[in-house]
Amino acid sequence: MNQRKYLKVFTKFLHTSLASEFEYKTNILIDLITAILSLIGSIFLLSIFFTNNVRLGGWQFEEALIIQAIYTILNGITNTWFNPNLTEIVKHIREGTLDFVLLKPIDSQFFISFKKINPSGFLEIILGFCLLLFCIRINQINLNLSFLTLSLITIICSICILYSLWFFISTTTIWFVKTWNATEVLRSFLYIGRFPLNSFSFTLRIFFSIFIPIAFITTIPSEVFLGISQFWKIFLEIIVASVFLITSRKFWLFALKFYSSASS
Amino acid sequence: MISNLINRKIFTLLKVQYSNMLEYRVEIALWAISGIIPFFMLNIWTNNNLNQSINISNIMLSRYFLCAFFVRQFSVVWVVFSFEEDTLLGKVSPYLIQPLNPFFRYFAQHIAEQITRFPFAFIISIFFFISNPESIWIPNLGILFLSIISTFLSFLIQFLIQSIVACLCFWTEKASSIERLLFIPTLFLSGLLAPVASFPGYVKSWIYLTPFPYLIDFPANLLSGNPTNIGRGFSMQILWILLLFPVFRKIWSAGTRKYTAMGS
Repeated sequence: MNQRKYLKVFTKFLHTSLASEFEYKTNILIDLITAILSLIGSIFLLSIFFTNNVRLGGWQFEEALIIQAIYTILNGITNTWFNPNLTEIVKHIREGTLDFVLLKPIDSQFFISFKKINPSGFLEIILGFCLLLFCIRINQINLNLSFLTLSLITIICSICILYSLWFFISTTTIWFVKTWNATEVLRSFLYIGRFPLNSFSFTLRIFFSIFIPIAFITTIPSEVFLGISQFWKIFLEIIVASVFLITSRKFWLFALKFYSSASS
Repeated sequence: MISNLINRKIFTLLKVQYSNMLEYRVEIALWAISGIIPFFMLNIWTNNNLNQSINISNIMLSRYFLCAFFVRQFSVVWVVFSFEEDTLLGKVSPYLIQPLNPFFRYFAQHIAEQITRFPFAFIISIFFFISNPESIWIPNLGILFLSIISTFLSFLIQFLIQSIVACLCFWTEKASSIERLLFIPTLFLSGLLAPVASFPGYVKSWIYLTPFPYLIDFPANLLSGNPTNIGRGFSMQILWILLLFPVFRKIWSAGTRKYTAMGS
């Protein structure tokens, strides 16, 4: 592994994808409006839940807003990074162009995971951070170093889990060819990450913490922000994230053995 | 003679598209699964006793969300995505020469997909009834017939809106981002995530003038037996179709005049 080479390739990727995306400038503007409307819509939905209730699954409105903020940031990351790249895997495999990727003297997972960046998701990330700052103010959270490191660790773990989930599903394309819709299923499941896990029934809670760990993705970082997270939960999230990352990597290498190019 | 010809055209189109859709059964099953968000929402509503504040019993609410799921399943429209791809790749050119508006082709595609989707949606609803046996009910034939019509009208409204957006491809090339923008109000205001009855007063005052509550809320209320204004619902649906159809005709004729095939 030559780190400088990878860094250089990454900056090149960044440059080319930004250049191609900025060709559609109005598109970026429309995406910005979409992101803002989407945030307004989900806050509106949340406010409906709170019209006659003070708490939802033990969370107050101000606290539940933190979950929305973290969801928005993660959704922005999905839109900038995972979605454009990992839907590309499907195309590579269908058209047989994965051959060209595999022939390159660079790690194939790195290549297909970082090739593209979609700048319109940046706005969503910024929007999420603004909401997060607002939440920190209204919940009177005092910032200190240990809190910042803990929240940073949990958010990074969430990103890793999210990436692994996306990558895992995209990898199954090697067998099923058309998994475009499987990512759509994942997307609709991820949707519940907008709400506190405790607001769901017991069976769903179990399902969303064991099979698809959406619970870890937004609820635990939000708990860290509120200072109510137990240490074992954070520890568990780190373990889950590393297990997911390692298995997704192993799964990709395993799946490649079954790749037989197009028309062969 | 002429009507016979039209009949044959429609029949052939449907047959071709249906066999095309049957080829991708797994894909359509996955699409059906990705529509289960209403059930997650139902889980939040009943698990936190939020329905007490809007005077809908648990059973009626679960029927509502099941119907919302069904209505959504049979009114999903993706014409803009197909059309965008066809325009960008220049596939529209041969379609334009044919003595048949290309949108008939997409329309047949959607109807065929709905027929293919029906068994999967039915299986999902059986699972739903197994987990919620108290919400089983059989709507009477008249209501069933009316709600099928209103679902179809809702599908027509969405198909027209998306076709109008799709025609923008003639000018902007990337019309799908506009569709994503329009999808946000559809998602939050149509009643897919929360029944319109639960919306705050300041939204209810204007929402019934927009097409959104007639897309899912009205047919779902009708089918599930929740109170709804049948006369207003149908007249608004028809009104919106009558409003949108001339717009589509205009933009289509303007667009085809503007269209220059690939590479010219």
